[in-house]
Amino acid sequence: MEIKCHKVACGCARGPALVTGDAISFLGNVDAKTGVVVDPAHELFGQCIAGKVLIFPGGKGSTVGSYVIYQLKKRGLAPAAMINIRSEPIVAVGAIISGIPLVDRVTEETMQIKSGTLVEVDADQGRVRIFRDD
Amino acid sequence: MYLSREEEGIYQGEQGETLRRMMEILVALGDIYGAETLVPVRSVQIAGVSYKNIGEAGLEWISDLQGRVVVPSILNPAGMDLCRWKEMGIEEEFALKQKETIEAYRKLGVTIDCTCTPYQIYDLAGPGDHLAWSESSAVSYANSVIGARTNREGGPSALAAALVGKTALYGYHLDENRRPTYLVEVEADLQGSDYGALGFLVGRIVKDGVPFFRLPGRRPSADELKALGAAMAASGSVALYYVENVTPAPPGLWQPEETIRLGRKEIDEVYAQYPGGGADAVALGCPHCSAEELETIAGLLQGEKVQKVLWVCTARKIANAHPDQVATIEESGARVFCDTCMVVSPATERFGKMMTSSGKALVYLPGLAGVQAGIGSLKECIDVALGRR
Repeated sequence: MEIKCHKVACGCARGPALVTGDAISFLGNVDAKTGVVVDPAHELFGQCIAGKVLIFPGGKGSTVGSYVIYQLKKRGLAPAAMINIRSEPIVAVGAIISGIPLVDRVTEETMQIKSGTLVEVDADQGRVRIFRDD
Repeated sequence: MYLSREEEGIYQGEQGETLRRMMEILVALGDIYGAETLVPVRSVQIAGVSYKNIGEAGLEWISDLQGRVVVPSILNPAGMDLCRWKEMGIEEEFALKQKETIEAYRKLGVTIDCTCTPYQIYDLAGPGDHLAWSESSAVSYANSVIGARTNREGGPSALAAALVGKTALYGYHLDENRRPTYLVEVEADLQGSDYGALGFLVGRIVKDGVPFFRLPGRRPSADELKALGAAMAASGSVALYYVENVTPAPPGLWQPEETIRLGRKEIDEVYAQYPGGGADAVALGCPHCSAEELETIAGLLQGEKVQKVLWVCTARKIANAHPDQVATIEESGARVFCDTCMVVSPATERFGKMMTSSGKALVYLPGLAGVQAGIGSLKECIDVALGRR
C-alpha cells in the first residue's frame, strides 16, 4: 500500500513502524544516550526509537529538541525515518540537520499503521510504502 | 515554494552538503509557514549560544558545520562573561564547553559579540530591512522600534540564514501580518521599570498578538521601549508592537479585535505581587544595559558600597567604550559582566531570590534558573543592593 505525502527532509529509508498519537518533545521525552523514551507520561515510555520509522503527530517543547535528534543520529540511535501529520520547526530542523528522511501531510490512516509493520519513507518521491505481513 | 536557479542549485547540493542542508531548513520552514519565496537578509543574530541551553547536542552540531556566513552575523548572550567567568562562580568544565561553542561560531565567520541588544552596538538594521534575528527582545525592538522585518528565528534557522544570506518570506516579513490586533489604552504616566511591568501584563493578555499602545504623557526613551518589548516577548510571544506617534506606524488600515485598558493600579499590582524584599542578589541589564543606563547606574552607585551581590549586564563593546562608568560601578563592589546575563548564565542558580528592574527577567528567572524574582524601579533595585531596603 502507498500513501502520498509531502517531503520535509530528503532521503529514503525503511524500518519497523513505531506509532504514537502523542506529540514528542525530543528534549525531555527521549534520552539522547540510549534512544529510549524516558518520560513515563508518554505513550512510548520505555521504547527505543533507534532504527524505527517513527510515526507521530508532530514535535513540541524546546527548540533544543532539534539538537537532540542530531545527537541521536551521531550515536546511531536516531529513527530511520519520521512521519508527521504536520511537521513543526523543531522536528523539521532536527531531521534536516541530521539527514533523517521526514515527511508530513499524510492521511489519518497513517496513524492506524500497527507498530512493527515494515514501512518505507521515500521523501524524495513523496511516498510512504506500507508492507503487509502477507 | 519558488526558488531561483541559484537557490535550486544550492538545494540540490551544488555548493556542498552544509549549504544544501541550510537551504533545506529554509525551504522546510517556508513550506510549514506558507512562504512563496526567499528574501535576502541584511543581518543575522543567532540564538543557541549559552552552553546551558544548547548542551553537548547543540555544541556538536555547530562544531560539525563547514562554511562561512555571508551577511553580518552576531551572537546572543553566552552562559558567562567570556573573560571574568571565574568571578561569576562558573565551573571550569562549563567554561571550557562555553568557549568551545564560541570558537565553533568564530570558525563560521560569526562576529563574537554576545548580546541581546545588537542594535545598541552596530548598525545592522534599518526601516524595511529584512533580518533573521533570534533573541525575542531584539526581534521585538527591530520590528517595532526600528521598523525592520524579522521573525523570531531558532538557532539553526538563524545560522541557515547567515550561511545562505536569505530567509523564507513569511510572518512578520509581510505587511498582512504586521497589522495591530489589540488596542492598548494606558491611563498612567509611565517611567523606567513601569514599561517592563506593563509589558509583563500585556504579553500575558495578547500572547502572540500585535498590540498598538496609546501612551499619555512623556515620550518613552529607547531603553523604555526596549524594556516594554522584552517583557511582552517573555510573558507572551509578542514580536511586534506599536506606540502611537512614537514607533513607525502600522501598514494600511487596521481594526483592533479587542481593546485593553490599563492604569496605574494594574501596574502597581505587578510590583506588589513580585516585591524585591528578601532578595539575596540584584541584577540589572535585561536586556543588556545601554550607555545611558550604565551612566545612570554609575551615578546612583557613586561613592556607595553594595551590601548584596549586584550584577550589571551589558555588551562588551558598551562596557569597553565607557570605562569610567564601569569603574565607578565596580568600586561600589557591584560587577559589570559582559557577554552574558542573569537569565542565561548557570551562575544565577546559586541565588534564592533575585531582584531586577526587568519584566523579562521577572518571567524567566523562576523557570530558567529556578530563582525567585522580584521587580522594582532601578532606584529601588540599587537601594536593595545598598542595604537601604
